[in-house]
Amino acid sequence: MMKLFRFRGGVHPEGHKEATTHKSIQVMPMPKRLYVPVQQHIGAPAEPEVSVGDKVLKGQLLAHSQGAVSAPIHAPTSGTVVEIGEYPAPHPSGLAVRTVVIETDGEDKWIDNPVVPLDPSKLSPDEVAVRVGAAGVVGMGGATFPSAIKLKLGKRNKIETLLMNGGECEPYLTCDDRLMQERAADIVEGTRIILRAIQAERAHLVVEDNKPDAIAALQKACGPSADITVVVVPSRYPMGSEKHMIQAVTGKEVPAGGLGADVGVLVHNMGTAYAVCQAVKHGRPLISRVVTVGGGALSEPQNVEVPIGARLSDVVEFCGGLTEDAARVIMGGPMMGQVMPHLDVPVVKGTSGIIALTQAEVNNRETMPCIRCGSCVNACPCGLLPLQMAAQARAGNLDNVVDLGLLDCVACGCCSYVCPSHIPLVQYFNYAKGELTARQQAKHKNQENKRLIEQKNERLERARIEREEAAARRKAEAEAKKRAAALEKAQKEAEKQAEQSA
Amino acid sequence: MLAAIISLTILSLVLGFALGYASRLFKVETNPVVEEIAALMPGSNCGQCGFPGCNPAAEAIANGQAAVTCCPPGGRMLAEDIASLLGVSVDFSNMEEKEPMFAAIDENNCIGCAKCIKHCPTDAIVGATKQIHVVIRDACTGCEACIDACPTECLQMHPFEVTLKTWRWHKPEPGQLAA
Amino acid sequence: MSNASLISGPHTHAPTSVPYVMRQVIYALLPALLFGIVLFGLPSLWLVMVSVATGLASEALSLYLFKRPIKPFLNDGSVVLTSLLIAMTLPPWAPWWIAVLGVSFAVIIGKHLFGGLGQNVFNPAMLARVMLLVAFPIEMTTWITPAPIFSSAAPSFVDTFIITFGGYIPNADAFTGATPLGHLKTELTLHHSVSEILADYSYFNSILGWNSGSLGETSAILVLLGGIYLIFRRIISWHIPVAILATSFVLATVFSIIDPARYANGFYHVLNGGAMLVAFFIATDPVTAPSTPRGQIMFGIGIGIIEYVIRTWGSFPEGVGFAVLLMNALTPLIDHYIRPRIYGRTRSGKPLPSSQG
Repeated sequence: MMKLFRFRGGVHPEGHKEATTHKSIQVMPMPKRLYVPVQQHIGAPAEPEVSVGDKVLKGQLLAHSQGAVSAPIHAPTSGTVVEIGEYPAPHPSGLAVRTVVIETDGEDKWIDNPVVPLDPSKLSPDEVAVRVGAAGVVGMGGATFPSAIKLKLGKRNKIETLLMNGGECEPYLTCDDRLMQERAADIVEGTRIILRAIQAERAHLVVEDNKPDAIAALQKACGPSADITVVVVPSRYPMGSEKHMIQAVTGKEVPAGGLGADVGVLVHNMGTAYAVCQAVKHGRPLISRVVTVGGGALSEPQNVEVPIGARLSDVVEFCGGLTEDAARVIMGGPMMGQVMPHLDVPVVKGTSGIIALTQAEVNNRETMPCIRCGSCVNACPCGLLPLQMAAQARAGNLDNVVDLGLLDCVACGCCSYVCPSHIPLVQYFNYAKGELTARQQAKHKNQENKRLIEQKNERLERARIEREEAAARRKAEAEAKKRAAALEKAQKEAEKQAEQSA
Repeated sequence: MLAAIISLTILSLVLGFALGYASRLFKVETNPVVEEIAALMPGSNCGQCGFPGCNPAAEAIANGQAAVTCCPPGGRMLAEDIASLLGVSVDFSNMEEKEPMFAAIDENNCIGCAKCIKHCPTDAIVGATKQIHVVIRDACTGCEACIDACPTECLQMHPFEVTLKTWRWHKPEPGQLAA
Repeated sequence: MSNASLISGPHTHAPTSVPYVMRQVIYALLPALLFGIVLFGLPSLWLVMVSVATGLASEALSLYLFKRPIKPFLNDGSVVLTSLLIAMTLPPWAPWWIAVLGVSFAVIIGKHLFGGLGQNVFNPAMLARVMLLVAFPIEMTTWITPAPIFSSAAPSFVDTFIITFGGYIPNADAFTGATPLGHLKTELTLHHSVSEILADYSYFNSILGWNSGSLGETSAILVLLGGIYLIFRRIISWHIPVAILATSFVLATVFSIIDPARYANGFYHVLNGGAMLVAFFIATDPVTAPSTPRGQIMFGIGIGIIEYVIRTWGSFPEGVGFAVLLMNALTPLIDHYIRPRIYGRTRSGKPLPSSQG
């Protein structure tokens, strides 16, 4: 048994996982239309390669990545591109995102030779990263950071330990749980590929102790291997937070502003390992994912393998539809997930869950004044003082909020969850973070403007000097000419006089 | 009685002269704070504050003739920066939070007169005579200096539309119980 | 952008609320309160009722005057809790106007003038108790020997009204007696030694609460049980009560070892007076206590020290009220300097060193 460590704070929200943890993953029928956004990851949006009217096959590249941090997008099934336009993004604001709309043909025909399946053990680390990048694999836990970039981190920092995050500490979500139960072998295979790519010595498959079936499946898949072991950690939210999982398993803390790689640890999600295995071993891009469709306001909660781009309404309909008392639909888990403006938004690579909650489950009440009970201080896994940060944010003292550690906040929501006064602490922090970004951008723009103004003034000054110089030159030339003429005249006259006198 | 009057008078005279002398002795020739304020100002000399340019405005703010909130393009952020520089508190209640705007050219009405170009402090308008001009949005400061220069009124201010990149969480409303 | 659907997470919430917290504290108080009513008879029941009624009326009046919503705040339980706590710290047969003055002072001046729920610097209940003690020393130190309800020692039904609403105790000498702490103080000034004074003192009575004293603070065991219930329900944490009780216990023990004739021992201090009630119910008032565990321990140690110093060398036999108010005043300072260490940072706020260059 491995020695484990404890992180401060955290909460124990009710799990609500029993509704879906014992049901196998269902494959949903292909919807008539898929709405595939070109931005499903952190970084630059992908640039469409197809045009309206093009026939596409399953796995075909729809949009290529551009820039250092980006990921390509592939066609989740075969069909016709009917539109490339702006459609609502799976985001609380409901603002539009550039989306490739595919009318599916129902044949689900794979592209002829996507990428030749290869023996992963013969690939160099760079080749693995290239394949993972080309398959559009991103962090499946919700952060959606392009995975290939994380694989290359091993070059910069020596990674000793790879942690595979099977924490899944959010209530309701069981998509990783089911994936571990049903596809443990592929997860272990994917882990081994990542391990080789980053050239680390060992990997731990970290699972919370409330998933005994997943643990058993993984242990069986690992076999007696020494490099990959299953580590069982206690269930406590936010165990699935990268920083806190690193602390719980290795006892090390990621320095503020740093990455896990700074302490020699890299964390990937279980779903990412599966996607990596698919990408490298079978040459299959990331075009579908397992999504937990659950919550008290859903008729038939279950885990569904959903093609990327399927609308929430299609998925919810497949699961029997919403009950009448649905109050909010969340993408992701209820702690850190985002509320959706409506169901006409697509499932994307980072969608771990579609959770429809009743009013009773949401349990929101009107905000009371802070009674300074300190529940939030005790719950904060980052050692912050949420009550003071929120008070400062409310008063608009942004600098003070930053001094209190705003940038160390992981937005896990423990503070809001326990607050007896139901103060929306996380929203205060989100607001402060957004305001901070806005100010930095404004400052940057201000500096740019100044530079432009200075350049213009310099240009005008230069033009003026040039004009003056030109004028002076013209004047000088004219004078010289005059003088020359006068001189000539004088000479001529002198000559004339000389002639006369002679 | 008399002694008290005399001694107080002498005292006040001595102190008065001392203060007067000190103010001459330690006189600061230029007000360095003006330069610091000017460095914070947008520098586009747009004149929306009612002063001929950013430097005169900075001087006026330093002398207390203008409010720190007088610069519309600088907005609340600039006002806060200047206020913290001067160590004063600001009342933002009277300040209209002006939405950031940018100028755009209606291509149907632009006659290519090039009059607007020389009014732009940041060279954000590109074009040539008899050619349709265009505003580079990233370089536009929203100073509105070009608006009046256009003979066909094809230049108009537009608010920046919110995109996924610029969308921000709004501040929670405390509600009537926690107000 | 004030779209109501734009709510940030979390989208679920622990089953807690301010009214829930207040209700739990009231439940935890009930055993000690009921014991007090039984022990001191009907006058104490009338006093509790007057307190709660005054509390509700003053709260409603304050909310009305400050133009704040009345119903939700009246229902949040905080004012009932404050009223009960004040009643429990009053002499059980105190006249009605003592309760009215104390509670209305606590609610209007102690709470609402500071801005209402969550804004007050000082604990309203202790503010009221100290104000009353200073302004009305006679009424506030007229203690009653236990006269259980319906027992032969109890006053007649009519007399109970005369006691509370007439402000007159018929046949007073038969009922009044000193509290253990008061008794100790008086006898010590007469140069008796502690062992003489405590010759017929029974620890069992103090634990059970069969003593003269404030309405709800005599029974150490019932208050302790209520406190343990609150810790178990995670309404309060152990830091403040343990720090207070341990500090005064250790101090008392040390001094009683140095000079047993002049200083009573630790158990005596912890079991008598308002020590238990204050440690579990008053000092743990979240509004006026520090919000970090380390700050709470400092806060508790401070109360323990001041309490012991006032009891032992001050002119009052009981000093918890002053101790709490003094430490309340220090709470903002403690909260400013005592902060938890942020993840990934040193105590001074610098990022931790990276293990790899």
